Amino acid sequence: MRFIIRRAGFFLLTLWAALSLNFFLPRIMPGNPINNIISKLHNVTPAQERAIEHALGINNKASIWQQYLSYLGNTVQGKLGLSVGNGGEPVSQLIRQALPWTLGLVGIATILAFIIGTSIGAIAAWRRGSRLDGALPPLFVFTTAIPFFWVGMMLILIFASVLGVLPSYGAYALGTTPSFSIAFIGQVLEYAILPALTLLITSIGGWVLTMRNTMVTTLTEDYVRMARAKGLSSSKIMVGYAARNAILPNLTGFAMSLGFVVSGAILVEYVFNYPGVGNMLLTAVNNVDYPLMQGLFLIITVCVLVAILLSDIATAILDPRTRTAG
Amino acid sequence: MAIPVTTTGLPESTAAIGSPLRRNALHRITKAIRTNRKATIGVVLMAVFVFVALFPGALTRRDPSTATTLVFAHPSAAHWLGTDNLGRDVYAQVIDGTRNVLLLAIAVGLLTTVVAMLIGVAAAYLGGVSDSVLNFVTDVLLVIPIFPLLIIIAAYLPNAGNYVLIVVLTFTGWSYTARQLRSQALSLRNRDFLLAARVRGERPLYIIIVEILPTMTSLLLASFLNNALYAVLAGSGLQFIGLGNSNNVSWGTTLYWAQQNNALGTGLYAWVIVPGACIALLGAAFAFINYAFDEIGNPALRPLTAAKVRKAAEATTKRRLARGARAS
Repeated sequence: MRFIIRRAGFFLLTLWAALSLNFFLPRIMPGNPINNIISKLHNVTPAQERAIEHALGINNKASIWQQYLSYLGNTVQGKLGLSVGNGGEPVSQLIRQALPWTLGLVGIATILAFIIGTSIGAIAAWRRGSRLDGALPPLFVFTTAIPFFWVGMMLILIFASVLGVLPSYGAYALGTTPSFSIAFIGQVLEYAILPALTLLITSIGGWVLTMRNTMVTTLTEDYVRMARAKGLSSSKIMVGYAARNAILPNLTGFAMSLGFVVSGAILVEYVFNYPGVGNMLLTAVNNVDYPLMQGLFLIITVCVLVAILLSDIATAILDPRTRTAG
Repeated sequence: MAIPVTTTGLPESTAAIGSPLRRNALHRITKAIRTNRKATIGVVLMAVFVFVALFPGALTRRDPSTATTLVFAHPSAAHWLGTDNLGRDVYAQVIDGTRNVLLLAIAVGLLTTVVAMLIGVAAAYLGGVSDSVLNFVTDVLLVIPIFPLLIIIAAYLPNAGNYVLIVVLTFTGWSYTARQLRSQALSLRNRDFLLAARVRGERPLYIIIVEILPTMTSLLLASFLNNALYAVLAGSGLQFIGLGNSNNVSWGTTLYWAQQNNALGTGLYAWVIVPGACIALLGAAFAFINYAFDEIGNPALRPLTAAKVRKAAEATTKRRLARGARAS
């Protein structure tokens, strides 16, 4: 419990650091962000100008520290300001529309990558020295080095441009209204195949290699030899003794891999024009929509921190040793 | 301080002069490269890219940024990979872009390693409040999603050229290595050879450079290779979404123009396939070398060949028999 509270405290501090980055970055960069926006947009209304100033926490009358405090206060209350584009809609509203798409896509792809990757890694380690184990690590070393967006483009090339069997654009067909009907859900799944496959192909390698390398070490442990001596079946030793212990470092590696998947998801959403937060972030950057950009960065950070905290809790439950160690 | 990293790390750059000890190390490294298949693939790929980066003139005479009237050409004898929206030769862009990408990778690999070294070792060596502060900064950068942060920073820096990219990628990329180096340095703190150096009255800088850093060579090398790979992928990603300088000839930028002009929809496949494959192959070169060094350093990870399995089994049987003989 103490461990969890300490981690949660650390994440609050991290959140504060992210907020401060959001606040100070536009101020230390060359050029004036307000002028950047105004020069890019034509006819800026005074309301929009106020929205921009509000989002960046800029208030020429107050001192920088007063601005900083009021920015922190506003953000904590969920007031993320108004978008510069998108008809001046509140940033929080826009994020609420985009977030479920990303959570669904990244969530499913990550869980699948974890399950499939860990299983492949376990089997490769178990069959150490076989032809399978000779071929798998190099293959997955290679897949970790392929750029996400290019994998997406290649899948579009194969399945959409040449074969024409899968859609490559958006999250559902243009003109349909989202609903909870079976037809619509089926369509969403169909549209998610290629983006999810892209994330899967590029992120699975990390799981396979970590799992294989830890399990190779656990297989030499005495308790595995003990299990063999007891005459337990191979599958029981592999799953219940070796893999079960090798999976813990993999779970700790979750934090690292999540950052990787999130960055991949941004590019993948862009390539497939998927209506999630990543694509919205890039659109916001192109439109110099700083309020939306900052709000999205914040939300992505919060999601990643929550996910890491959950994996920390899971590790603490599964492995008593982590509760005492930092 | 970065010099020992490169000379011990990259075998090509290690001059074969010097003490027999060094020649021996060089011999060991070349042997490892020849016998480890992953290392061979990685080094050969890397050598090809280094050659292209150094002598682009040997492969194409065309200037990659000269616009012509022949736009959106399909691959032909004159333009092997076709031309882009401004009639520029895509093949020339791929060849010429190699230098920029490689420069980015090597610079970020070196700089992140140096920064991580300074911060990690300083944190461990200083201890106390400075350690806590440095450690906190490291941990924060470790959990904040880096790519969105990169996008935000790049958004405030319109038309970021190669040098800006190097600085930004270094700023965001050092934390993981710093953390590893810090724990390595902490574990060394009370070792006898360091106590001995302190008793001899050596200065802290001498202790750090001569006594502590050599124990970290493999970590530093892994860090260089990992961060170079990160720079290739993240840098190309940023250029691909249009956050690099769009006039800078680079693989990511070529792909940006391909995406902007719907190359996939119009059948100009080579424009997309080749630059992306180059990114993947250069990334793979770094990843393969890194994984191979991991295997060389940690024999447990090496793939077993059938002969080795048999030999190991024979050895175990022999040992068992010997033990049995002793017991009886």
